[in-house]
Amino acid sequence: MAKTPVNFQLNGADTGVFVDSGDNLLNVLRRGVGDLSPKYGCGQGTCGTCTVLIDGEPHLSCLTLAESVQGRSVETTNGLAEGPDLHPLQTEFMDGFAAQCGYCTPGMLMAAKALLTRNPSPSRGEVIEAISGNICRCTGYDPIIDAILTAAAKMQGRVS
Amino acid sequence: MLSVETFDTVSQASQQMRDGSQYIAGGTLVMRAVNYGDQSFTRIVRSIDPALRAIRIESERVVIGAGVTMAEVIQSRDLDFLSPVARLIGGPAIRNMATVGGNLFAANPYGDFTTALLALDGEVIMAEGAKMPLEQFLSSRETVRGLVSAVSVPRPNDDDFRFRKVSRVKPKGVAVMSIAAWLQRAGSRVNQARVAFGGMGAIPLRAKTVEAALNGAALDANGIERAIAVATDGLDPQDDALASAWYRREVAPVHLRRTLLGENS
Repeated sequence: MAKTPVNFQLNGADTGVFVDSGDNLLNVLRRGVGDLSPKYGCGQGTCGTCTVLIDGEPHLSCLTLAESVQGRSVETTNGLAEGPDLHPLQTEFMDGFAAQCGYCTPGMLMAAKALLTRNPSPSRGEVIEAISGNICRCTGYDPIIDAILTAAAKMQGRVS
Repeated sequence: MLSVETFDTVSQASQQMRDGSQYIAGGTLVMRAVNYGDQSFTRIVRSIDPALRAIRIESERVVIGAGVTMAEVIQSRDLDFLSPVARLIGGPAIRNMATVGGNLFAANPYGDFTTALLALDGEVIMAEGAKMPLEQFLSSRETVRGLVSAVSVPRPNDDDFRFRKVSRVKPKGVAVMSIAAWLQRAGSRVNQARVAFGGMGAIPLRAKTVEAALNGAALDANGIERAIAVATDGLDPQDDALASAWYRREVAPVHLRRTLLGENS
């Protein structure tokens, strides 16, 4: 099968990969690049666990044609931590028990990151709206919403 | 085995469509088909034509490029009347991907945006320049040749356009049905009504008996009584996993009443 070269920025690093024609971005990230942080859930845009940021905005990588990210910026959960320091969202997900099985967590984190970049002090309703495309089937939504709100407060210096 | 071809203009892409080709825009429909092993196409065609992403005013109508996403609809001042509709489509990620053109082809339980466009007397503009009423386009969308380049709609007066998506899961849930109504008024009475239902047939449908009953009516509980009585005339709801046809027929008058009276619940 013919392979197509695709070059993009992955978590700030120049990345080049050969993709099978018609392959989705999720497959390319996981199998081509080796970034296993976004997960395959439903493959039809319902669950949100494959959510990545493309040019800063949440997209479903399982429904994104890999060729379409040529020259663009892609962010995954792997890029959240800076060295040994976890992102405040990651810390709050751990401390607030917002991840039980953890399968939805990468999508939740990326949806939350996009929200906090755009709106550093969201209301509870705005958090709910931001993660409305992400399904959690075991943790329950309240700890996830609380973790995002706490992370936002800490990032704003409103609580220590 | 799939191939992907990218064209600079939508006109070039349209000319290259042939049997076994599938045009892709946002990917929410086509990549789902790819992921689930759809064998009906072997070639994916896309275009990076910036005209597909444009929103412009043309005399009395707003022309929306077929590649405009739901998120871009929400951000557009020219499309403020469609913003509440776009906000009800999927979650944020879907809204960054799903396009106006793609929504025209979305089978139930999707396609709520198209229901709104149908009530607004939408017109489909093909890549070669041909135009046709959305209602006519929808009845032949499975066999239409060529590509859609844009959709145009008139700007309704404030408060003349109403939309309701009926879903069981909030804030994001697929529609049991959707209802859109464009109610142009002279004084306190409706003088021209267009009402469309999504999820009440294989494609979004106009409720023409309801429209006729609304003409000359006041938009209050008494005035709309006749229209509510014929709410499902000409509609063809189906059983699916979300609701039975019987349930849809039972609740449609209730939701139509709420839509026409602008009630929130």
